[in-house]
Amino acid sequence: MENIAEIKQPGIAQGQQPASEGQLLPVQLNINGKNYLLHLEPWTSLLDALREYLDLTGTKKGCDHGQCGACTILADGKRINSCLTLAVMYDGIPLTTIEGVAEGDTLHPLQQAFIDHDAFQCGYCTPGQICSAIGMMKEGRAQSSNDIHELMSGNLCRCGAYSNIHDAIEQVMEENINPEKK
Amino acid sequence: MNRFSYTKTHTLEEAIHEVIPNDGTKFIAGGTNLIDLMRANIERPDHLIDITHLDLHQIEETEQGGLRLGALAKNSDTAYHELVQKRYPLLAKAILAGASPQLRNMATNGGNLLQRTRCYYFYDTATPCNKRIPGQGCSAIHGYNRIHAILGTSDYCIATHPSDMCVALAALDAIVNVKGREGERTIAFNDFHRLPDDAAHIDSTLRQGELITSIELPAKGFEKHYQYVKVRDRRSYAFALVSVAAALNLDGDSIAEARIALGGVAHKPWRDVEAETFLQGKVAEPENFEKAAEMILKEAKGYKYNMFKIELAKRAIVRALTEARDLQTPEPLNCYTYNRHHQL
Ligand SMILES: Cc1cc2nc3c(=O)[nH]c(=O)nc-3n(C[C@H](O)[C@H](O)[C@H](O)COP(=O)(O)OP(=O)(O)OC[C@H]3O[C@@H](n4cnc5c(N)ncnc54)[C@H](O)[C@@H]3O)c2cc1C
Ligand code: SF4
Ligand code: FES
Ligand code: FES
Repeated sequence: MENIAEIKQPGIAQGQQPASEGQLLPVQLNINGKNYLLHLEPWTSLLDALREYLDLTGTKKGCDHGQCGACTILADGKRINSCLTLAVMYDGIPLTTIEGVAEGDTLHPLQQAFIDHDAFQCGYCTPGQICSAIGMMKEGRAQSSNDIHELMSGNLCRCGAYSNIHDAIEQVMEENINPEKK
Repeated sequence: MNRFSYTKTHTLEEAIHEVIPNDGTKFIAGGTNLIDLMRANIERPDHLIDITHLDLHQIEETEQGGLRLGALAKNSDTAYHELVQKRYPLLAKAILAGASPQLRNMATNGGNLLQRTRCYYFYDTATPCNKRIPGQGCSAIHGYNRIHAILGTSDYCIATHPSDMCVALAALDAIVNVKGREGERTIAFNDFHRLPDDAAHIDSTLRQGELITSIELPAKGFEKHYQYVKVRDRRSYAFALVSVAAALNLDGDSIAEARIALGGVAHKPWRDVEAETFLQGKVAEPENFEKAAEMILKEAKGYKYNMFKIELAKRAIVRALTEARDLQTPEPLNCYTYNRHHQL
């Protein structure tokens, strides 16, 4: 069990009843390269597991209905809404959250671009926007500025910072294609 | 969310036999509809069977020259699959018109078929709804029914089926393969979803405990002349008010075969074979498309707030058929885009 942080039940998620022993299932979550062993009630969403039990509060809860994208993380490199799935279903699947996108003290290029472009106001949607943009770039389907709009439509920004968000993402994508633009 | 027990299954047999023969057991795939409904206390399963580890993820060619889409293949993997893009671009486009990239990465093909209506009263446990609790009454018929059905409605329910993918599958004459304790069955796509009649709580003809294993596409893909038009309140990430999947086989100027399926207008994807037959042998021109549209909507019945859908559907049909006819080079299907030169 080396390199596994065992977390029994550091707290009870908001609005949930304490479970009886029998209802707890062991779940090993691999997040940002680290393994955590949790004992969770089966109805714990992946989002609640991150926020309430692992203190990884970078991932946000906007709607809890799949409608806003604030809870976007990467599972096996693919962007998903962590609010609409159960933590027990992600046993052993490598997950990346906003806490894991920088390399040490060096920000991910998208994090830096969001700062350079002032691509947020309140910042609540930002972790989801960045994880979603990382996922989109990996998918490699966005070929134009319009494609970015369409393929980032799963992330709402209540502050309406869309144009700067779009510019930040576009800049990083252009730099990837043509590094001289940096 | 209610309390439930959970098991992960690894084989089809195991999954089918894990079902407790009552209403309390549910399969979970992507979870994007089920978890949402459980959170709203609309679905309250006692037991969840995780089927995501079953070997039903493949997309492969069939002996009949068609394509078999595994029930657990993700919507995104299906839409971007090389053979779907090349041979069934109508399906790729319809899938890409739905939900968001994140949701399509989670949503499975089987789950997409079984997603439930987006009627607001269905989601609001404080209001009566025959689909939630049979016999309670329908709040939408005399309520705010802007997103509701105009075809095939009953006095019990006027909800629509919200899927985009299913509209294309209906047009393409897909087949649904299912397996239960009693064995395997195939269900023609048009027989899979049902009209509400007096049993609005039943969405499909799938029996309790049956599992969808795959969806099969016949060889004919209409890849030369197709269009999926989705009309909605915002340009992306919204359910359809009206959508149309149109597919044509042309013989010079005339129509050898036409397929038209509508979404957002009924409790199931709406096909009208009479209108399709009418188009056969006719010149592929807007006058004939308009006649077909009139035929499809002739029995349509609007309610207080959704009257606009009747005219909208007609125009969307004409537009989809016209754009299908005029399709020159296959578009790259990276995402759903619509032709901004065409005005509705
Ligand atoms: C915000 C939002 C917007 C959306 N917008 C759109 C849209 O514009 N267009 C659109 O088409 N869809 C849209 N969707 C719906 C989405 O496409 C569906 O939720 C998704 O396809 C369901 O698939 P799933 O695998 O997640 O199903 P689940 O949620 O896992 O399951 C749904 C149902 O199917 C059953 N089930 C699943 N797989 C099987 C199987 N193999 N055999 C038997 N039963 C099975 C489950 O028991 C459950 O009852 C949207 C969803 C959200 C949350
Ligand atoms: S339309 Fe159907 S789903 Fe909506 S309230 Fe009426 S019965 Fe319920
Ligand atoms: S919190 Fe998950 S999409 Fe809004
Ligand atoms: S910056 Fe406030 S929601 Fe996007």
